[in-house]
Amino acid sequence: MSLNLKTAIAKIEHSIELTSGAVLQTFELKYETYGNLNEDKSNAVLICHALSGNHHAAGKYDKDDKPGWWDNMIGPGKPIDTNKSYVVCLNNLGGCHGSTGPNTKDKKTGKYFGIKFPIVTVSDWVNTQKFLMDYLQIPKWSFVIGGSLGGMQALQWSFQYPTLVENCIIIAAAPKLTAQNIAFNEVARQAIMKDPNWCEGDYLNQNKIPDKGLSLARMLGHITYLSDDSMKKKFGRDLRETELKFNYDVDFEIESYLRYQGEKFVSNFDANTYLLMTKSLDYFDPIKDFGDELKTRLAENKSSFLVVSFTSDWRFPPKRSREIVELLLDHKKNVSYAEIKSNGGHDAFLMENEDYFDVMKNFIMRSTCA
Amino acid sequence: MRIRVDLELISSWIEENSKVLDLGCGDGSLMKMLKEQKNVTGYGVDYDISQIKLSLDNKINVIQLDLNDGLDDFKNDTFDYVVLAQSLQEIKNPEKLLKEMLRIGKEVIISFPNMGHWSSRYQLFVGGRMPVTSELPYAWHNTPNIHLCTIYDFENFCKENNFTISKSSITSRSFFDNIMIKALPNFFGRVALFRIN
Repeated sequence: MSLNLKTAIAKIEHSIELTSGAVLQTFELKYETYGNLNEDKSNAVLICHALSGNHHAAGKYDKDDKPGWWDNMIGPGKPIDTNKSYVVCLNNLGGCHGSTGPNTKDKKTGKYFGIKFPIVTVSDWVNTQKFLMDYLQIPKWSFVIGGSLGGMQALQWSFQYPTLVENCIIIAAAPKLTAQNIAFNEVARQAIMKDPNWCEGDYLNQNKIPDKGLSLARMLGHITYLSDDSMKKKFGRDLRETELKFNYDVDFEIESYLRYQGEKFVSNFDANTYLLMTKSLDYFDPIKDFGDELKTRLAENKSSFLVVSFTSDWRFPPKRSREIVELLLDHKKNVSYAEIKSNGGHDAFLMENEDYFDVMKNFIMRSTCA
Repeated sequence: MRIRVDLELISSWIEENSKVLDLGCGDGSLMKMLKEQKNVTGYGVDYDISQIKLSLDNKINVIQLDLNDGLDDFKNDTFDYVVLAQSLQEIKNPEKLLKEMLRIGKEVIISFPNMGHWSSRYQLFVGGRMPVTSELPYAWHNTPNIHLCTIYDFENFCKENNFTISKSSITSRSFFDNIMIKALPNFFGRVALFRIN
């Protein structure tokens, strides 16, 4: 069967109060679907994207040379099998790829929201995803799946709507950020906000782009997504040209690669969205947020959980995933945990790996096959 | 290597509807058996990713952990039984692990291959070679088994650590062995099973 890729925009004509207290009267969510919803609507899968992700997870448009960001995982016969499942992936609120966010216009003023767009938390995202779920008339997710910040949304789902998720897959995530994680995010934000073109966040209305700051933020982020080993293997100390230049231009391949990644990112990402996403990461702490209520929430939860980590991931290393496992074990939940050997660093969750894919496939198959 | 007979014996010691943690669970067949036959809940634990995959395929909860790192992820008294079947010999610090098992479970069930069995003694005594048996199929240089023991060794180990043995069963697959086991368990028993409190 084909992927059956469909793209649409859900206009949610319903006001939502965000964690910050800000209220949005209406909002739009851009989403894609793959596969077909079965008759009893029991095969819907929600994919939550990470920091720089969007709704385009799988398949390819005619104009594109690259498929969606998780195309190796989602599709006919792949671990998230679109022959069996109806897969939904959306661009989160506050994103910059078609959903309401800093780079869309405020209907009241006719101007870009820019920095005035309220900060959205992981909990807010889960609430907006619930609106999309109702909009699509899906009664229950058979799976909620995400990596990194997406994994945090999957975890949040299991606390926030414990009876609406049958299975939850949390990959390369953490129950909250460490001081080091927040520190990296802060440097990224400072890079953006110190760019003279940032204009206090109003750059879109002033026809400017804080491209230098955003590309720096991305370069920094990118380093934390790779492992020392993978960088060594891919670039080593290889020179761009045959000899050292003795100036401050690019000498090493790694420098050239990072600059390229930074520049590429600027062309399809909004700086204010980057600020928002990193704040959302920093604020994420559901165990603290739910407090004593977590116990009752988890008691209602009958999901099966799969937690996956990667050995070389130093952004959210295996011990952070183990914290999630420990929490679920404490609450006597059905949980499985796999620590995948990989030198891919944090980005390993996006890469093909036999053990990783087999674990995903076997866990998903046991629920999707009768 | 786990053998079916051993797992069936362990299963017969486990009450229905109990909570079980199976350490070194392999492909998860014990937990699967317990889940299907005794409505048992719980988790398997293994370090080998290929076993994790098989356990997932067997529809059991499985946690990938190195038993040598301890069992910090599990709280005190969370399980009715903590099982360690045919893995004791691979553990770096058996004393530490047993204490951990007793911390998180009400009862501990341990099975291990008996190095005192006559076939092992024969291989070393007459053949002058390190024993290789069906339970321990490795050569000396590639074996993961670093702490092999006999039934006497294990009983002595329990005594030294004040572990109380509340039940035991010594078995062999051979008819002849099983006739003689009562008289000389450490000579005719191939597999020993102990329950410790």
